[in-house]
Amino acid sequence: MADLTTDFIGIKSPNPFWLASAPPTDKEYNVRRAFEAGWGGVVWKTLGEDGPPVVNVNGPRYGAIWGADRRLLGLNNIELITDRPLHVNLQEIKSVKQDYPDRAMIVSLMVPCVEEAWKAILPLVEETGADGVELNFGCPHGMSERGMGSAVGQVPEYIEMVTRWVKQNTRMPCIVKLTPNITDIRKPAAAAKAGGADAVSLINTINSITSVNLDLFAPEPTIDGKGAHGGYCGPAVKPIALNMVAEIARSADLRGLPISGIGGVTTWRDAAEYLAMGAGNVQVCTAAMTYGFKIVQEMISGLSDYLDSKGMHSPADLVGRAVPNTSDWQHLNLNYISKAKINQDLCISCGRCYAACEDTSHQAIAMSENRVFTVKDDECVACNLCINVCPVENCITMEQMAPGTTDPRTGKIVEADYGNWTTHPNNPNRVAAE
Amino acid sequence: MSANALTPGIAAGRLHSDDLHQNFADLHPPLGQHEAQVAADRCYFCHDAPCVTACPTAIDIPLFIRQIATGTPEAAAKTILSQNILGGMCARVCPTETLCEQACVRETAEGKPVVIGQLQRHATDTLQAKAGHPFSRAAPTGRRIAVVGAGPAGLACAHRLAMKGHDVVVFDARPKAGGLNEYGIASYKSTNDFAQAEVNWLLGIGGITLQHGQALGRDITLAGLQADYDAVFLGIGLGGVNALATEGEEKTGVLDAVDFIADLRQATDLAAVPIGRDVVVIGGGMTAIDAAVQAKLLGALNVTLVYRRGRARMNASPFEQDLAASKGVRIITNAIPVRVLGNGAVREIEFAYTDDTLTPTGDTFRLAADQVFKAIGQTLAGTGLPDIEKGKIATTGTGRTSMAGVWAGGDCAAGGDDLTVTAVAQGRDAAEDIHATLTAEG
Repeated sequence: MADLTTDFIGIKSPNPFWLASAPPTDKEYNVRRAFEAGWGGVVWKTLGEDGPPVVNVNGPRYGAIWGADRRLLGLNNIELITDRPLHVNLQEIKSVKQDYPDRAMIVSLMVPCVEEAWKAILPLVEETGADGVELNFGCPHGMSERGMGSAVGQVPEYIEMVTRWVKQNTRMPCIVKLTPNITDIRKPAAAAKAGGADAVSLINTINSITSVNLDLFAPEPTIDGKGAHGGYCGPAVKPIALNMVAEIARSADLRGLPISGIGGVTTWRDAAEYLAMGAGNVQVCTAAMTYGFKIVQEMISGLSDYLDSKGMHSPADLVGRAVPNTSDWQHLNLNYISKAKINQDLCISCGRCYAACEDTSHQAIAMSENRVFTVKDDECVACNLCINVCPVENCITMEQMAPGTTDPRTGKIVEADYGNWTTHPNNPNRVAAE
Repeated sequence: MSANALTPGIAAGRLHSDDLHQNFADLHPPLGQHEAQVAADRCYFCHDAPCVTACPTAIDIPLFIRQIATGTPEAAAKTILSQNILGGMCARVCPTETLCEQACVRETAEGKPVVIGQLQRHATDTLQAKAGHPFSRAAPTGRRIAVVGAGPAGLACAHRLAMKGHDVVVFDARPKAGGLNEYGIASYKSTNDFAQAEVNWLLGIGGITLQHGQALGRDITLAGLQADYDAVFLGIGLGGVNALATEGEEKTGVLDAVDFIADLRQATDLAAVPIGRDVVVIGGGMTAIDAAVQAKLLGALNVTLVYRRGRARMNASPFEQDLAASKGVRIITNAIPVRVLGNGAVREIEFAYTDDTLTPTGDTFRLAADQVFKAIGQTLAGTGLPDIEKGKIATTGTGRTSMAGVWAGGDCAAGGDDLTVTAVAQGRDAAEDIHATLTAEG
């Protein structure tokens, strides 16, 4: 059976599943429950500088998007960093770490952009015995209005500067948590690297308004008739986060920069995808907030079984496996031809593929009077929409056309050789084929 | 000492009123808000959906379910009611397992269809709980139309005609409107006097006058109606009941199942409804099942349903057969009654086993019986009606009969199954044709 032990920038944990800095890691009580449930590590909810703690709203802090049966698909929050006194948090961190020395204990930090503030807090964190710090440069609400959180994360120069201060003032490994509320994730990642960060973690939450209350004419969550944008997370953000992880993982300049993957990890499969896309571990929040800490048991068994099925011995064997196959569009093989094929034994004749193709795509599916649906190979461009809307898994598949056969849509023979846009005759900027 | 299951003969009050109340409660309790949401989310919104094709009234089922799923059950109800004005009752009594839900692709996929009937009820109940009526009348046409029969066909026809701006007079022989919705459906399918509530709601459109106690051939004549009105719609149902043609049929305790069902529906106190200890129901349709199940629910000790052909030929759906079995009704197939025995009152009934061609095999058996319900079909009653085809009024697709200016629909008309939903469709379509005909006449 695969050993899930993970070594992330020198920090060991029994599995790659950490709880992200968020409400579930705000205090000792929760974190002890998390460790008892089996979580490999936690990033303690962000600490601010000493003094009167921040104050949260007293109305609703969360908004949500639901799928069928009120399955939570996306969550947004307007909660701030910890609103408990600094010394209480530090005491609790120390106490928990002592009792769970094998678990990763990272402390998230957010203090003003002056070196003194960082110099003041870092020794206090070191004293707890924590394994590392994570710099919260991502919080998109409330704290950003005070020049912290994503206000820092959106300015690469600030990221580099603060990261350097941290590295100069502590022996602890330093993870820089990135905000997705920028245009090119590689810039802040490069700044973190330049400042000496040991790793980046991403993504923090996305600026969002989940819904508008159509009676109050105000955004949700609504507090006394008003609402503010919040940070979006949960399953809905996974595709965005995965792309940002991939952008960093496959960047020539950033290659090798350790990544802690965050964003909608809900099952072992999500976690495995992040690992394959280059993350050394994953951080989870919304799934725990939705289902409780017990879900980690499914993540552990699922990842372990998957690694076994692939003949891998540890998560490290999986890390980055999908990175070489993550390409730019221009390098995709234009000579690869496939066609949709409908398995008539599995088809339940709902006709969704037909409606989607006929109304919105390429009119490549035929419907008979007795509701038999078939693909018209001479129209099918293999767009995949039929598969995506089909309610029956594997009922429609994409079948590759063998080289040498003729594509009935174009009348051209399928070429065996790879050929992409960079050398395509229609490309005015084409380069000679190698 | 009050009666119980073992009390011989025909007796009332075999069960405590609490048990009776529970037995006759809603067969399918209404979906709660969340249940409806979850059920609606299962709909795939099929293209050219098979469920719509399977619905005799062609309700746009995917659309109304999506309207429920998006939190607008009243819009859903309008989608339903614009096709089927008795969508509330149909949601309760339709054999959905052989219509829309049988066609549902999730039945194909998983053997668990979207619960279309229950969702329909959720929508129509929501709308009908609100005051007012969702449809309005067109400008008055000055035309007057007579509708004979206030059952599903007549009411659907009347409503559609009223909506088109015509004035409608509905004649019915019984003291209450609703036809079989009021008199012919098992009590647990239409609780809380829903049939009357629905009629009252339907009449909310205006322009419809109900005249009770008016039987065709007794109080009114077709010729008279033709003379007094611009058009006539016959939705008179099947007033006659088939006889067993069996020796001893006249004995006390041998009754028509339709009368038993009607009496039960009209009863204000179920504990006062007498029922036999040993009850035998003869027939294989919905009426037979409704009678047998209700006999059991009233506290009969033994209820046996005997059908002359095999199970597969029963008109009652497998769901209905299972319902009967689950209530403790014994179903015997391939047997025909030979004679009713007893000294004045029925005591036993003798059956002969038959093969699939209804030929007796020579084997017979007797069942103890102090009550026998005949449910072997109904017949059209009346004289001077339009041309008859296979025992019913012959019609074209839109309900036109052999007589000019006379349309017919529902159970009395040939074509289609004898279902509430079919009657509604025929009444509605006849109304459209009447309207088109009168409009064309100018």
